[in-house]
Amino acid sequence: MGQLAQNLTDIGYMDTLAADSTPLHRLDPRAKLLTTALFIVAVVSFGKYEVSALLPFLLYPVYLAAQGRLPVGYLLKKVLLVSPFAVVVGIFNPFLDSGVLLRVGDFGVSGGWVSFASILLRFFLTVSAALLLLALTGMNSICEALLRLGVPRTFVVQLLFLNRYLFSLTAEAESMSRARALRSAGRGCMGFGVFIQILGHLLLKTLDRAERVYRAMLCRGFDGHIRVARFSNIGRPELLFCGAWTALFLVFRFVNLPVALGQAVTGLLK
Amino acid sequence: MHMADALLSPAVGGTMWTVSGGLLAYSAEKVREEADDRKVPLMGVLGAFIFAAQMINFTIPATGSSGHMGGGMILAILLGPWSAFLVMASVLTVQALFFADGGLLALGCNIFNLGFFTCFVAYPLIYKKIAGDSLNGRRIMLGATLAGIVGLQLGAFGVVVQTLASGISELPFKTFVMLMQPIHLAIGLVEGLVTAGVVSFILKARPEILAAATERKPIGVSVKGALAGLGAAAVLTGAALSWFASANPDGLEWAMLRTSGKEELESGAKVHGLLASLQEKTSFLPDYGFKKAEAAPEPAAEEGGTQAAPEAEEQAPWPAVDAGTSVAGLVGGLLTLALAGLIGFALRRRNAAA
Repeated sequence: MGQLAQNLTDIGYMDTLAADSTPLHRLDPRAKLLTTALFIVAVVSFGKYEVSALLPFLLYPVYLAAQGRLPVGYLLKKVLLVSPFAVVVGIFNPFLDSGVLLRVGDFGVSGGWVSFASILLRFFLTVSAALLLLALTGMNSICEALLRLGVPRTFVVQLLFLNRYLFSLTAEAESMSRARALRSAGRGCMGFGVFIQILGHLLLKTLDRAERVYRAMLCRGFDGHIRVARFSNIGRPELLFCGAWTALFLVFRFVNLPVALGQAVTGLLK
Repeated sequence: MHMADALLSPAVGGTMWTVSGGLLAYSAEKVREEADDRKVPLMGVLGAFIFAAQMINFTIPATGSSGHMGGGMILAILLGPWSAFLVMASVLTVQALFFADGGLLALGCNIFNLGFFTCFVAYPLIYKKIAGDSLNGRRIMLGATLAGIVGLQLGAFGVVVQTLASGISELPFKTFVMLMQPIHLAIGLVEGLVTAGVVSFILKARPEILAAATERKPIGVSVKGALAGLGAAAVLTGAALSWFASANPDGLEWAMLRTSGKEELESGAKVHGLLASLQEKTSFLPDYGFKKAEAAPEPAAEEGGTQAAPEAEEQAPWPAVDAGTSVAGLVGGLLTLALAGLIGFALRRRNAAA
């Protein structure tokens, strides 16, 4: 129950963050979407033993979070709490791949640990990029961008509806499970039978709501065609944002900057 | 069981994006052809229902763990496969964005694993065959439960194949399958029972809803034509991406794989083509697509994995292999981290001052 309410506040909070107005927030959503996509592809395109070359990519999420005035602690917590499938699968690598790949003095690190570290780093980069995209853009603008990038209208409208009714139905689900909790003092867990009843009633309520929504839409002149508002355009800031980051990603992808930097520093020390 | 970006190679992620994108466009077209205005809000609100319902947990008897609903099958039963696929895809997209479940590149995989198998395989081939159009409680129970199990088994298998074809994880095929399938047998059973329970509830409370759903559905889920096109698209993308990858002097990831990247990818593409024609070719599955993938990791695993590193050294001179670069990599890496932190801090200070 508490978890449900928490999820609801979380979703709402992401929208609150997206409502801010920094230069990054004001960028055309298409620019942010495409740049983020490029970022993710660049990150996952590295070999599985790559760790050092991935580090410069941290600059992108760091820049977005700092420049977009986003709460870093909150977002970090969200990234860390995310479903740990990648981590669970990755943790097997150190056991299965024990060939020594990296040597620091006498200390050898096995390939498995290196690739596990690489998985963790990829995980952090890709997940934080997706969260930051949402926090800087908001669902409605992302939908606008998707439509203008050629995604089928039916699907975009579906996303918009889903985003709109998510709150109402989650609140409905929350009040139902709270009502159950209040009436079953002491027994915290929900049994299967009760669960089915609650889901069934929630579904009935949902279907009724769909009918009401449809009538309301008809009353307001719905003709089977949903129009999506367009707010922004591709201009100089967008081109600059995309261009600069694309160039940086290319450099990060093909030049291992940390190794070059490290060689320079260790060379100086010698 | 959401597939994650961190385990994916761009070739596999891109291929699955193409396949799921194609399915999405095709489904959208189908739904548009139906021209049922009423469905627009219905689909949207049902998507929100799935979302909300997934947040309610119940206790699984005798285990103490908790389960929740996946929902794809309920959608397929209420809306028909095309609309259900769209709704499922939208739910997964929102989850990828709001809760970073999986990730954006893995979204194609997740839509395929959780949407395609449920809506276009388990629903028409299992639920429909068993439950039919009759509103018989027992048949609906059986059909929904079985379809839930099969859908999730296929989805879990999809995760295994995609992870394997990406080559980031070290898990050999056999071990991974033995890990994933039994777990998802249990999850699938729960999922199936929940679906069956909710559908039976609706059948008792408001039978006309299910009756209307069976009527409204366009009959004949002719997935074959669409699948042939999709299979071709998958093979093409896979081939194009693998060409790009092997032409790349840096030798992206598959230089590090034990088998050459091309084989790996082709087997991946073959798998997709295979799954596409699953209904006819189930019996070919073991010796057509997987022998290679299975055979490749085995010897390495037996020899204790030590094989991997030297072989890798031979195949691609990796910057981190020799000791000098290792130290440089570590020092440089730490410096990069510090630098990134510093830049963030400076930007923040400047913004706060402004």
